[in-house]
Amino acid sequence: MKNIMIEATEIAMTLGEGAARVEALKGINLSLAGGELTLLMGPSGSGKTTLLSVLGCMLSPTSGTVQIRGRSTTGLNAEQLAEVRRDNVGFVFQSYHLFPTLTAAENVRLSLDVRGERSSRARVKAETALATVGLSHKANAFPRALSGGEQQRVAVARAIVGDASVILADEPTAALDSENGHAVMTVLAEIAKDAARAMFIVTHDPRIMPFADRILRIEDGRIVNDQRRGANLSAVRTLKYAS
Amino acid sequence: MNLILTLASRNLFHDRVRLIATVVGIVFSIVLVTVQLGVFLSFERMVTTMIDHAQADFWIVPAETKSFEESSLLAGRERLQALSVDGVTAAIPVVVGYASWRKPNGGASTPVLVVGAPTTAPGLQPWNVVEGSPDDLSMPDGVAIDRSYFEQLGIAQIRGRAEINNQKARVVAVTNGIRSFTTTPHVFASIERARAYLGVPPNRANYYIVRIAPNANAAVVRSRLAAGLSDAEVLTSDEFRHRTRVFWLFDTGAGAALLGSAILGIIVGTIIVAQTLYSSTKDHLKEFATLRAIGSSCRYILKVILAQALISAVVGFAIAAAIDLALVRMTSDAALPIVMTPELTVGLFGLTVVMCAIAAISAIRVVTRIDPVLVFAQ
Repeated sequence: MKNIMIEATEIAMTLGEGAARVEALKGINLSLAGGELTLLMGPSGSGKTTLLSVLGCMLSPTSGTVQIRGRSTTGLNAEQLAEVRRDNVGFVFQSYHLFPTLTAAENVRLSLDVRGERSSRARVKAETALATVGLSHKANAFPRALSGGEQQRVAVARAIVGDASVILADEPTAALDSENGHAVMTVLAEIAKDAARAMFIVTHDPRIMPFADRILRIEDGRIVNDQRRGANLSAVRTLKYAS
Repeated sequence: MNLILTLASRNLFHDRVRLIATVVGIVFSIVLVTVQLGVFLSFERMVTTMIDHAQADFWIVPAETKSFEESSLLAGRERLQALSVDGVTAAIPVVVGYASWRKPNGGASTPVLVVGAPTTAPGLQPWNVVEGSPDDLSMPDGVAIDRSYFEQLGIAQIRGRAEINNQKARVVAVTNGIRSFTTTPHVFASIERARAYLGVPPNRANYYIVRIAPNANAAVVRSRLAAGLSDAEVLTSDEFRHRTRVFWLFDTGAGAALLGSAILGIIVGTIIVAQTLYSSTKDHLKEFATLRAIGSSCRYILKVILAQALISAVVGFAIAAAIDLALVRMTSDAALPIVMTPELTVGLFGLTVVMCAIAAISAIRVVTRIDPVLVFAQ
C-alpha cells in the first residue's frame, strides 16, 4: 500500500478580479505517494506553478482541500501555513534562491535554523545533506563560487535536510546546461527513492521524463493525463537526457 | 554564531556603500544629540555653580526670584529676623549685580557680574584659587577673577588694575575654571566693595545665606524663618538650583533650543537609518520571500531585520562615541564645555538602539507583507 504524503481534492483556484479574473485551477484531484517522482508538465499558463504553490501551502485554494500527511491545511493562516511548510515541505526553485552572503553549508543549515534547530546536530545534518548531493567539499564555498548545477544541488540539500515528506521543485533544470541538469536530476531521482518522501517536479524539460515514475499533464487548469511507470510510460523512458 | 546574526551582519557588510550611509546617519545623529545634550548638561551645571559652591543650609531670597543672577534687593531686616530664629547660627549677606569693567589700558568696557560676600564668613568665597587667596579680597579694592578671562578683562597678571563702575579694582586673587555660562565674567569682591561697585546701600543684600546648628531641626527652622519674612522666600539649595535651572534652561528658551536640536538630530538620524534599512530590505526581498517559502516564521524574519538595525546601532554608536570623546577633550577649556557622563553615554546607546529599532519599522512592514509566491517570479 502506497504511503500518501499529500492529497489534493477538488482544488479550484481563481486569480484576479473583474476582467482580469482567471480560473487557474479547475477541480484538481491529486495524490502524491512516498518513493515516487512525479512530473507535472504543461504549456505556459496552464496552472503548473499555481498548483505547485497550492500544494506547497503558499497559496490557499479558492475551494477544495489539501492534506499533507493527513493534516488538512484548510483555514490555516499565513503563520500556520508557514509552519506546515517548515515541517513538511522542501522547495527547489528554478533560480536556486540561495543566500549569496551565506556559505553552502549555512544555506543548507538555514532550513534547520528557521525550525529552531541550532545544535551541533544541525551542523551534522547539513553536512550529511551536502554529502548526499555530492558537495561535501564545497561546504564553505559561497554561491558565487559555485556553478549553476552546484548551486542547484545546494538548494536540493536545503530542501531535504529537514526530512521533508514532500519535495516540490519548480523547473529545477531550466537554468542549467545538459550536464548539470542531468547531475541535478540524478540526485533528485536518488532522493525520490526514499519511501518517506514524495517528489513533485514542475517542468518543461522533456529530458527529465526518463527519471519520472509518473507524469501528469495539465492544460487550462485541469489535469488531462496521468501516466505511471510501466506500459504507458515506457515510451517516454526511451528518451535519454542529452549529454 | 546564530544564523540570524550571520545573515544580518553579512547582509549589512555585503553592501558597504549602504552600510556607510547607515553608519554616517547614525553617527551624525548621535554626535549632534551628544553635543546638544552635553552642552545642555554643561549649561545646567554652570548656571548653578555659585549655588553649588555656597555653604548654605537655606537661602533667603527676594520673593519671586527667578535665578541667582537675576534678583532684586532684600529689605535689609531679614538678617536680624533670621538670626532671631532658634537654630540659626549665621545669616551671611550676598550681593550680586552686573557692572561695567573698564580695562586698565583703555578701550571698550566689558560687562561683569560682581559677586560680593563677607571675607570673614564661610558663605560664598571664590574657589579653585591658584594665585593669591580668598582672604586677600579684604585688601583695598581687591577683586578675584578667573585666569581664563585675563585677556577679555585686559589683565596680564595678578595685581593688575582696572575700574568697576568707575571705581578702582585690583586683582588680588586668581581662580581657575570659574567660568560663566554667558560671556560675562564673574568678579568676586568683599561684601563692602561689591556694595560700593553696585551702589547697594549698607545692610542691604540680594541674598542671605543661612546656616543652622548641626542639631537643629531644618524643617522647623525653615518654617519659623518663613513665618517671619514678608516679600522674601526661604529656599533650600536644591530648590534654588531648580529655580535657577528652570529660568535659564526653559524660561529663556536656551535649554529648549538645545533639546529641540537634539530631537531634530534624532529625527534626522532615524529617517536616514530607516531609509537605508528600507532600501536594503527591498533589495533582499527575494531572500526574505525564500525564507518565508522554506517555512520561516514572521518572527524569524523580524529578528533578522532587527539584528541588522542593532548591528548598525552598535557600529554607529562606537564611531560616534569616539568622536564625542574627542569633542569633550577639545572643549574642556571652552566657555561651555561638552559634558559626557556615564549616564549620558548609557542613555545615548539606548537611544541609538531605540532609534534604529524604530527605523526598522518601515522595513518590517515590508517583510511582514511579503508573499512567499514571489520566489516563483523570474
